[in-house]
Amino acid sequence: MGSIISVKGLNKKFAGHVALHDINLNIEQGEFVIILGPNGAGKTTFLKILETLIRPSSGSVEIGGMELNRSALQIRKMIGAISHESYLYSDLTVEENLRFFGKMYGLSDDELIVRIQLLLEQMHLEYRYLDRVSTLSRGMKQRLSIARSLIHDPEIILMDEPYTGLDLQSACNLERLLLESSKKATVLMVTHDIDRAFCICDRIIILCDGTISSDIRQKDISSAEELKNIYTTIFDGGA
Amino acid sequence: MENKKLKILAFVTTALVLLSMYMVFFSLPVMRSGAGEVLDSSFKIFYFHMPIAITAYFAFFIVFAASVMQLKSHDVKWDIYARSAAEIGVIFALLVLITGSIWAMATWGWYWIWEPRLTTSLALFLVYVTYLLLRQAIEDPESRARLASVFGIVGFVSVPLSFFSIRLWRSAHPLMFGEAMYGSTGGGLEGSNLQFTLVVNFLAFLALFLTLFIYKSNMEILKEEIHVLRVSRR
Amino acid sequence: MIRSLYIAAKDLRTELRTKQVLNSMLVFSIVVMVIFSLSLSDVLSDSSVIDRLAPGLLWIAFIFAGMLGITRTFASETENSCLEGLRLCPVDSAAIYTGKAISSMCLMFIVEIVTVPVFMVLFNYNIPNIPVISIVILLGTAGFSVVGTLLSALTVKTRTREILLPVLLLPLLVPVLIPAVMATGKILAGEGIVQIIMELRLIAVYDIIFFTLARMLFDYTLEG
Repeated sequence: MGSIISVKGLNKKFAGHVALHDINLNIEQGEFVIILGPNGAGKTTFLKILETLIRPSSGSVEIGGMELNRSALQIRKMIGAISHESYLYSDLTVEENLRFFGKMYGLSDDELIVRIQLLLEQMHLEYRYLDRVSTLSRGMKQRLSIARSLIHDPEIILMDEPYTGLDLQSACNLERLLLESSKKATVLMVTHDIDRAFCICDRIIILCDGTISSDIRQKDISSAEELKNIYTTIFDGGA
Repeated sequence: MENKKLKILAFVTTALVLLSMYMVFFSLPVMRSGAGEVLDSSFKIFYFHMPIAITAYFAFFIVFAASVMQLKSHDVKWDIYARSAAEIGVIFALLVLITGSIWAMATWGWYWIWEPRLTTSLALFLVYVTYLLLRQAIEDPESRARLASVFGIVGFVSVPLSFFSIRLWRSAHPLMFGEAMYGSTGGGLEGSNLQFTLVVNFLAFLALFLTLFIYKSNMEILKEEIHVLRVSRR
Repeated sequence: MIRSLYIAAKDLRTELRTKQVLNSMLVFSIVVMVIFSLSLSDVLSDSSVIDRLAPGLLWIAFIFAGMLGITRTFASETENSCLEGLRLCPVDSAAIYTGKAISSMCLMFIVEIVTVPVFMVLFNYNIPNIPVISIVILLGTAGFSVVGTLLSALTVKTRTREILLPVLLLPLLVPVLIPAVMATGKILAGEGIVQIIMELRLIAVYDIIFFTLARMLFDYTLEG
């Protein structure tokens, strides 16, 4: 069984400024990986490249054995992306949003009914499904946004700070959901919440100035405190 | 070495332009129409007008080709070529309009008529002025290169279509000036001296364009390098 | 193809629900007609003058109302980064383009269906050959939306998009505006479809060329 995500010599430059430099990374199927790093380390850029939204300057990325540039459409089908943007249409209802994106992922009407029902239940939104998104609270929008990205039951889940705007209960729900799905799905999560993320992940990658400065197995570390120490020494040493 | 070549090119261009000026103003015989009467010397502007027009078309073709290459290869150098050619092309296109109007005033008595070739030149000029406007409006260099390339391609394709539509438009109305008008001026170039003058002028303007183009793109490359240095120092 | 229809349907549903853009387009084109009618009130009784002015007036109203709509085609997608969300889906960018072009075309049709009767009332004018003029308007509007949608995506990330888009769009529209205005004029002068075949062909060629070109190039406008 090969790696589901394999990145070789990935570089990304923005107008002469280096955002990512020579990233080499293999992620196995079913792994739960968190990506840490300060602002501007290239975390979001890295996720966006995997999401096929940004074209890498050089290097190769393979997802599910497919070249990123050549089979972007197939790769997008495998990926569910959650970001700090909600990707929701404010003037459509909860149900219409999910239905529209489901259609975009090529789901049939029957599949859609089942998926929408399930996700609304999991996200505790079933009683609001006829309301327009503009009337929802911030946390509800975030939950709906998560439901949106899981509508096609993706094999890979890419998350950019998913905890923003979630209350404690929703955050726990999200975790439970992720743990359930991460038995089969591969998860990459960018976050600043070390405590929360440490408990659920298998592997920790720390990005610094566009390069991977450490790549640690969760089982090699005893506690979140130790991880925090590692994190601070990297950046104090660098500064 | 590179610099030396460029200096030679600049020198050759200057010589060619001076030669072409001399030929137009001092060595051309007096033009006579078919009936034998002496034609207005305003016709001499044609020797500038046509070479400039063709050079402008050439410049815009470079914009188009460089835009296609830019989208394919994402290489900054194509963007530099595209913007250099566009800026010089706009100036040449403006000169086409000005020289054409001056001639039209002297010959027809109007600076402007809605005639196919004039209108097409105007459309062409406007398309590339807006191309430069678009470039100005986008700050991020990468998306500027990409979006400007898209517009460079679409704009270039629109030009022949403009020409056809405008020709259709004019043919639907009574022609103010028959084809004969073109025949007696544009088409009536006979005598080796006249043709030679035209060729020299053509070469002069092409050389002028190339010199400006190379200087301009070299300058843009330097600008690009400065930008990179500035970013990496931060 | 089916996905472009979903995108168009989604846009139209949103628009018909909020009517933000549609209302401005409608009111704008009616106001334009009123102003024309006011400023030309002296010659309104002379139908031969109106014959010659009408095609220009109608198309000016269509184009300006269309400009209002077309600047919003992609602006509406920037809220919550929906466009990025759409690009995450396994949808060909050409399908996104087609959907957007269809929805903006539909909005313009609605405006045109209202504007033409208003024009007929205000100018006391009778349009002779409604089916044929509809074909002209249909093809001309298609040309407008096809190019407008591409440029709308092109300018959506610029700060001055509301000003920039009309400026960029008009020179490119010359090849579709001239034959459209000409054909409209001929029909108003009482000529039939046979006399405007050349114009129609030219507009159709324009529509097809730019539609194909825009589908090819659209992907590049979305990146980044």
